[in-house]
Amino acid sequence: MELITHTQLMPGVHLTSIHTNKFKSSQFGVSLLAPLKKETAALYALLPMVLRRGCASYPDMASLSAALDDLYGGSVEPMSVKKGETQCVGFSASFLDDAYALEGEDILCAAWELLGKLLLEPYTCEGVFCSDYVDSERANLVDRIRGLINDKRQYSTYRLGQEMCRDEAWGISRLGEEQQALSITPESLWGCYEQLVKSAAVEIYYCGSAHPERVERSVRSAFAGLLCDGPRYQPSCQVVSRVGREPVLVEQSMDVTQGKLAMGFRTGGITVKSEEYPALMVFNGVFGGTSMSKLFMNVREKLSLCYFASSALSKIKGLMLVSSGIEFDKYDQARREILAQLEACRSGSITDDELEGAKQILTNSLHTILDSQARLADYWLEQRVAGLDRTPEQLAALLEQVTVEQVVRAAKAVELDTVYFLKGREAEA
Amino acid sequence: MIRQDYPRIGEQVFHHVLDNGLNIFVFPKPEHGKSYAFFATNYGGMDMRFELDGVKHDTPAGVAHFLEHKMFDTEGGNALQDLAANGASPNAFTSNAITGYYFESTKKFEENLRILLSFVSVPWFTQESVDKEQGIIGQEIRMIEDNPDWCVFINMMKGLYQNHPVRTSVAGTVESISHITAQTLYDCHRAFYDPSNMVLCVAGNVDPQRVCDIAGEILPRAAGQQVTRDYGPEEPTQAASPGIEVEMEVSAPIFQIACKGETVPYGPETQRIQLLGELAAQALAGPSSKLYCSLYEQGLINSEFGCGCELYPGCVFLFAGGESRDPKRVRELLMREAARLAGDGLDPVMWSRLKKAAYGDRVRALNSFENLCVGQAQAFFLGGDSLGFAELFESVDARDVQQLLARWVTPERTTMSVVWPKGGA
Repeated sequence: MELITHTQLMPGVHLTSIHTNKFKSSQFGVSLLAPLKKETAALYALLPMVLRRGCASYPDMASLSAALDDLYGGSVEPMSVKKGETQCVGFSASFLDDAYALEGEDILCAAWELLGKLLLEPYTCEGVFCSDYVDSERANLVDRIRGLINDKRQYSTYRLGQEMCRDEAWGISRLGEEQQALSITPESLWGCYEQLVKSAAVEIYYCGSAHPERVERSVRSAFAGLLCDGPRYQPSCQVVSRVGREPVLVEQSMDVTQGKLAMGFRTGGITVKSEEYPALMVFNGVFGGTSMSKLFMNVREKLSLCYFASSALSKIKGLMLVSSGIEFDKYDQARREILAQLEACRSGSITDDELEGAKQILTNSLHTILDSQARLADYWLEQRVAGLDRTPEQLAALLEQVTVEQVVRAAKAVELDTVYFLKGREAEA
Repeated sequence: MIRQDYPRIGEQVFHHVLDNGLNIFVFPKPEHGKSYAFFATNYGGMDMRFELDGVKHDTPAGVAHFLEHKMFDTEGGNALQDLAANGASPNAFTSNAITGYYFESTKKFEENLRILLSFVSVPWFTQESVDKEQGIIGQEIRMIEDNPDWCVFINMMKGLYQNHPVRTSVAGTVESISHITAQTLYDCHRAFYDPSNMVLCVAGNVDPQRVCDIAGEILPRAAGQQVTRDYGPEEPTQAASPGIEVEMEVSAPIFQIACKGETVPYGPETQRIQLLGELAAQALAGPSSKLYCSLYEQGLINSEFGCGCELYPGCVFLFAGGESRDPKRVRELLMREAARLAGDGLDPVMWSRLKKAAYGDRVRALNSFENLCVGQAQAFFLGGDSLGFAELFESVDARDVQQLLARWVTPERTTMSVVWPKGGA
């Protein structure tokens, strides 16, 4: 069975270690947590990409790839994710578990050592990041920012968030903005790095067969270079509970054959930290979060209005985002029908099957987190940012207790804020 | 029931064949909370022409995928809802070569398994529901037609293959699916959803004997008629076209380069060629190859770049692609590097690292029940065993890879698909 150990390595530096024998690989994570801000989002996003290019011991791609291949092809991915209004940047890595090394190699220690070097001993030229690496990764970052448009479903949700939270940090992309990215220099990035390593909260994560004491020993040795000389960031998030105005509609035209309708709601201040959160989860499951939901069953299946229609929670920020794919001329009908399903939840028109079905799917999903290393790592990072240490099983147990009255109350708390519609060029005429 | 152990990679599988010809593979995973069942037929988007009971059928493109959608309909309602109501997360996919239905659940495994076996084996279609599905799938087709990654892939297949039906989109077109009727679906179901043409793979905290007993109870007792497939005239060795280019709403050009290999007949050799192909792709353009480092450092590729080897009945090819501001230059450098490796061979130190990394990747991939079960089904339909790779690694050497690159990565066998941004980059 899993054994979860939380250890504070020094103020603001924390290790979550999960001991389990059920995986073939071990999962590693190192994240620097800092407030999401317009001025720094692109800098922070670029940082792990540049660090991943080389460190003092493995200064280029060829030597770094060879080192990873020697560790049975470990993967180390630069990461920049948004959890609430906290930007988490660093590396997520996966290595073959020691148990399957063909010649008994100590992969665990070597992997931590490599991650420590990548974070704390960067390859530098004249005291700052090498300009070749900064130039090429900046170009990659700009490509990724521009590339957000490629997947229209994700793009419509991204644009909705941007419009809805234009005056809140949450509206900022985890990759930052193109203009900010273009202005980054080796010097500005280096300044940001020195500042971040000192001031960010550091979350270190391990899941694999090694015992927690052995993990802690190798982590302490690999990250001995982290200094303890000042306060580190404590994650926070602004929650807007009431909209207080008519919903805003934003339309955009592009050369596409299918329209995308995205609708953003505030959850009335309910977040992952609230007592009402399990009820909000069940409500979202009944409304649009599952394949048993009202949006799926009625809007998609019964009325064939959309190819897809679903809702998801942004649990730290307190938002519910609906995403759907429709024909251009179905905008009014689809919008009306989605809101009618919400009204049905508010008026208590929820069958036992809908309630139980949503609970079953959600608890199943929580239990299966334990069987997936990537989801487990993400779950614990989110818990850490939210300041919680609830296990997936504990949350599942709370879900089971939710009553239909509580679901109705959560549904009533939800309020439409902004609607985003992506339509085709011909629809303009 | 036969038990086979793979101690080096920590796997164990129970294999059993029912009287009706269904092959069952169970991977016991007592430490896991969830169980996963995958029920698949050796039938995909490319199986459009076939003969059954002496009658030739020529079915519209997209029918396997259409059938997959409609299988969830049951006389009593919808199996998706029945599974979801039990807390299972069910889904299905159709590839070029197979159609698979699966669920994952932490509770009521046996009940869910019965639902899965039953809805996939008992067809229930009405013309009304077929008509309605045409609207839903039509939307799905429009959505993938807007997806540049899908376009670059399908154009690569068209550029590579002249006759083989793998060049046809698995979903078909809005036009082709308009010819599908309830009768087409019944014909295809009878032809391909026979237990003898299917496989059931289960991973989880389950009893292998119970899985076999339940399958025996629910499925037909005896095997039906054998179907004969027709993949068209023999495929030439050269690529159908040197390249296909289109323009779409993308931010940067995206591309896929592919090189055609020789057809590998059904049998264990498919698994060896697939491994050789993967190693050849990694040696040529994998993240630790000389080419990758140089392309990346010149800003010609980014971390989206990937390469590999795909193998289906009657076709195998190497591919490499991603985003680039200059795909033509990438192609030129890739061909040059392949010619160099084909002439000089692989550096022995690099070769042993490459093998080690590929071995680790394959073992790590077994974390996923989906990889385990889908991999076993795919390998079995090709006549091989997916978990035998640890031994296969010992049987391949650098010269095999060198020869494969020399034969496959030549200008005549190569095609490139590019999606350019609208109005020029």
